[in-house]
Formats: sequence, C-alpha cells, structure tokens
Amino acid sequence: MAASSSVKPVPLLKDELDIVIPTIRNLDFLEMWRPFFEQYHLIIVQDGDPSKTIKVPEGFDYELYNRNDINRILGPKASCISFKDSACRCFGYMVSKKKYIYTIDDDCFVAKDPTGKDINALEQHIKNLLSPSTPHFFNTLYDPYRDGADFVRGYPFSLREGVPTAVSHGLWLNIPDYDAPTQLVKPHERNTRYVDAVLTIPKGTLFPMCGMNLAFDRELIGPAMYFGLMGDGQPIGRYDDMWAGWCIKVICDHLGLGVKTGLPYIWHSKASNPFVNLKKEYKGIFWQEDIIPFFQSATLPKECTSVQKCYIELSKQVKEKLGPIDPYFVKLADAMVTWIEAWDELNTPSDANSAKKANGALPAAAK
Amino acid sequence: MAQVTLNNNEVDIVIGALHSDLKSFLNEWKPIFSRFHLIIVKDPDLKEELQIPQGFSVAVYSKSDIERVVGSSSAGLFSGYACRYFGFLVSRKKYVVCVDDDCVPAKDNAGNIVDPVAQHIVNLKTPATPFFFNTLYDPFRKGADFVRGYPFSLRTGVDCALSCGLWLNLADLDAPTQALKPQQRNSRYVDAVLTVPVRSMMPVSGINIAFNREAIGPALVPALKLSGEGKFRWETVEDIWSGMCVKVICDHLALGVKSGLPYVWRTERGNPVESLKKEWEGVKLMEEVVPFFQSVRFSQLATTAEACVLEMAKTVKEQLGKVDPMFSRAAEAMEEWVKLWKSVGSS
Repeated sequence: MAASSSVKPVPLLKDELDIVIPTIRNLDFLEMWRPFFEQYHLIIVQDGDPSKTIKVPEGFDYELYNRNDINRILGPKASCISFKDSACRCFGYMVSKKKYIYTIDDDCFVAKDPTGKDINALEQHIKNLLSPSTPHFFNTLYDPYRDGADFVRGYPFSLREGVPTAVSHGLWLNIPDYDAPTQLVKPHERNTRYVDAVLTIPKGTLFPMCGMNLAFDRELIGPAMYFGLMGDGQPIGRYDDMWAGWCIKVICDHLGLGVKTGLPYIWHSKASNPFVNLKKEYKGIFWQEDIIPFFQSATLPKECTSVQKCYIELSKQVKEKLGPIDPYFVKLADAMVTWIEAWDELNTPSDANSAKKANGALPAAAK
Repeated sequence: MAQVTLNNNEVDIVIGALHSDLKSFLNEWKPIFSRFHLIIVKDPDLKEELQIPQGFSVAVYSKSDIERVVGSSSAGLFSGYACRYFGFLVSRKKYVVCVDDDCVPAKDNAGNIVDPVAQHIVNLKTPATPFFFNTLYDPFRKGADFVRGYPFSLRTGVDCALSCGLWLNLADLDAPTQALKPQQRNSRYVDAVLTVPVRSMMPVSGINIAFNREAIGPALVPALKLSGEGKFRWETVEDIWSGMCVKVICDHLALGVKSGLPYVWRTERGNPVESLKKEWEGVKLMEEVVPFFQSVRFSQLATTAEACVLEMAKTVKEQLGKVDPMFSRAAEAMEEWVKLWKSVGSS
C-alpha cells in the first residue's frame, strides 16, 4: 500500500489574507519579512500622532489608517478603538475585506528553525488555519493533521474529522511574552526552546492569547477579535490581546470552532520596559483574578448562533458581572457593543463602497 | 524553581513481560534502570521461562505468584498487558515508572540518550497546571515560565499524579491507522511537557507512563478487557480505559496529568493488518465511552482514588452496562481491583 505522504504545496491565499500591523515608530522590520509578505496586502494602523508620516518600504501594497482616518470612518463609534496602544490594530480587522487576517508586531522578525532555515511564519499559520482543530479530545501526538503525525490509539474515530480552525496562535523565540513582574525577576531570560508542535487548545480551557504573532479566520471569528479599551485615558494596558483571547475562546467553544497554538515561531527582538509595563498591567493583575473565573463560567444561550450575537450577549454579562468590580468594565461592555455596531456597519455589502478611504494607499504598487 | 532530587528509594520500575527473553531489552536499559528496584511481572499466559540478565535488583512475579497473592479467581485480571497492574499493586514505592518490553532508550535532538525515569520523576515532582493553559508549555522547566496573562493565583499549580510519555519510531497508533501508513514512523522529537487541561479527555497509552502511586495508584484499573484481547498493543484497550478513568479522577481530586517528554524508542512488533480484526472491537467501544466520560461526576464524598473508582464502577454498570456486557465486566473488575488494593495494595 502506498505510504508516501504527498506534501501538497500550501496555498498562498494572497488574495484572501490581509496582514494587519499596528505601528507608532516605523516599519523597517518589513524589509526582513519581504520574501514572505510582499505578495500580500498590508493594513497599517498608525497609532499615536497622526501628523507623523510612517514610511512604508517600497514595493508593498498597503492601506494605512491613522487616528484621523479612524475618527473619520467611524465617527462617534471611534471611541471603541484604543489610542496610544497597539490595541488599535483591531481597527484593521474591521476594515479588512479578506477572509483571513495575520497580525504581527513591528518588533518581530523572521526566526530560524533548529536546522538554521528561515521560518515562513505566514505559511505555517495558513497551514494551521486550513486544517481542522480537535478541541473535544486531546491528541497526545499533538496536531494529527501534520505530516508524520496522526491520531493515537484510543482516539475516537467519530471525533477525527475535527472542527474548523478559527485561530492560529504563534509563539516567540528570544524575548518571551512575560508580564512585568516576571520580567523584573528574570530580565535576562530568553526563550531558546523550539517546540516542534502545533496543538488544539481543548474545549473549556482558557489561555493567554498574545497578539504578536496571530492569525485568524475573519469570517469565522472576526467580530469577536475586539482588542478592548486600552492605553490613553484607560486604567489598563497590555491586556488587549488577553481580553480578546478570553472572549474568542468562550465563543469558539460555544460555536464549535477550534483554536490552535504552537508553531510558527517568530523572533521577538524588543524587550519593553518592565517598569512601564508594571504600571500598565497593575490593575489587570488584580482584575484578572475575577475576570478569569467570569470567563471560565460564562455560558452562552443556544440562541446565540452568530459571533455577533455571542459577543453582544457576552458584553451584557461583562456589564452585569464585572461592572461591580470597576466602572471600567461598564465602559468596556458598552465599547464591545459599539464595536459590533461598527463592524456590522462596515461589513454589510451595501456599505462596501462607503467612504472608508485610507491614507496613503498605493494601488499602483500592487504586485 | 526548586531543584528536583531523584531518590532511588522512591521509585519502582514495573515491567510487564510479554516476551520471555528480556536480555537485550534490559541490557539496553541497564545504564538507566540499574540503580532502581525492578518489578517484573510475567504475563500468566506466557509459557516460557523469563530470561533476565545479571546486574539488577529485581523481583519477578509469575502466574503462581499472582495466584498466591490475589487468589486464582482474581488472577484473571492480570493477563496479557494487564500483568503490569499486579506490579503496581505490590509495589510499595511512592512513584512507579512503567515501560513496555518492546521499548528502548531514545535519543533527543542533540543525540543524547534520554533518561525517561529522571524525566518522569521531574514531571511528577513539579506542579501541574490544569486550570489554565500556558502557551509556553511547562512553566516550571528551565528557561520557561508563565506567560503574560496567566492568573497569579493559579501559578502554584497542583500535584502531578500521572506523567504520560511519548514514543519515537513506532508511535502508539491504532491498527487501522498504522495499516494505512505502514511506513510511517514518528521522528519528531517535541521538546515539551504540558499539563493536559482539566475536563479534557485524552487517550493515555500504557507504553511509557509514570505515576504517583500514593496519590492515585488505585485509579489505574485493569478493567476493560476485549473478548479478543491479544498480545499486541493494537489488540488492547485496557490502558485507554484505565487512562480515561485516571484522568476524570485526577480532575475531580484536583491532581494534574502531564503529557509529552520523555520519549522512548518503540521497536517493530506485530502486523497491524492482522490486528485489525481484533482491534475493531476496541474502536467500537471507544465510541460509546466518550459521552460517558464527558459527563461523569463524583460525589463530594469521593475524596480518595479508591472512593472515586468505586463510584465510577457503579455508574459504569448503570450507564454503560446496558450498552455492552463488556462494560459490566469492567465495572466488576474495578470493584474487585479496589478490594485487592485494600487488602494487598496497602501495607
């Protein structure tokens, strides 16, 4: 019997995937990613001072939005988009017209695998998203759809089809994604361990979702990828991706969608200032002790059959159960609703041609 | 993080002998096993005398020993691969490490021989984190930690009661899968240990495991025997059933189960196509048990592994007994096992 696993080429999806990059400084890092990113459309979300010009390296096809654009496009609803925090990137998810999103931080570079080869992170994310997840039963050999792996003995056959994958969460070599207290205690720790695995996070289990190297199916879960209210004027920072991660996991579990974590790795080059981080995270460290049990016990009614319905329902529960902890959560719950309203407005077909003109788009540069 | 010390006197290595000639197997393991006490249990159906090389501290149990200790009627619990459970029963150590007799030491990506005993004990002696998933896997490993967003109150973790290792070369695939991919070999060394989250079900392979006998010994139950159970792993589900019981019991008792390192190298044996006919039975049974294990609950009175097993046995009989008589027999075996554990298993 033929046993050679035919390795099919991974589809590029270059017309189906947008790369969303939040930035406040510059986009020099894109040079290193050029061989892997050049064929894709970029959505740059410029945080901070809108009068500053962000230079995009030559040859990339992109649309760029600064704060003025966000205000213009969303009007009063722009209040849900954070300012002075990379959480603003979720605006990019909202305006994208593609099926898939890959988001990456501007201090993340191409990593090398143990053989010394450059890792095409985007290709791995695409593989992860295009193959099923297995949240209902843990496979001890990790992702069974990978070359060379499979389901182990005892894995029920009725569960081997898996479920659609909504999110692919990648990892980081070099500077690990630690919180401020851990950074202060271990300032020199670097992640040098390449773990050659992709795995599905089981149903009912929450995880800390990092937005540095993240891909998702916008059609399956996009509206739940709101990165919350952070940064300027907010009591908390560095919890944007965490918040989104808890929301999407509850919703994915409810809707029967999968979340994968593991490969691909990127090289995280910049260690942020732990004292600055501590100030931002401080309240979050206390609040998460209440937030986690909230999400762990959150249930969504059967009637919530769409992501938007799930998200609105979740916002009600946030207001009711977390509101008492701090008025911030009442604001956040309202912002969650605003986000969904804005999402639906921008993403209904009749509004496809409404004025969402970006700043600095280069249609002629499309490769 | 605190250093883990490996104390020889805390560990028994239990080997279920399904082959009589253990010379090359044990010689391969000598550098790693020789410092520990070994319990070798011979499959009662094996006719030939065991051949065991010199240089080990070893207690050997064969059919007559088993019958003497548990009585001839209970001896039936321990045939085939289930013979190793007898070793779990008579051990008096805190930790038990158990490896199939067709496995030899593996090498890691750097070419170093893997010491699975040391790794299993590290897994068992460092906390598990079943309530929240850490994306950098085991946070207690050198060079790793809890990531941003991991709640601080959950960082102490819980005791790890079971450590499930993996296999290079011949992975523990079922017969249909291996028959479809006869050339497939597992060459991917995944350098991770992770806690399997609470409420998540998993297939625990008996090929390479270790456990805290004091914490959950009675929960590893030699209970589900296929009517056509054979002498190849493809023809058994006893470890899968046992593992699913252990997992829900650990979840209830707030104990952890880890999976990942260490690897062993599993060698060629048997023919998956031949085993297909026998394993089909096991495959069918697995389909019935998934909804059962998803919904099994324990009372607040079940505060020990024994109590949990007895409660489970009752529910198995009530809910699964009518699905297939094999489950009724499994429930009875679980009750018998707890009786044996109380009379023989506790000193």
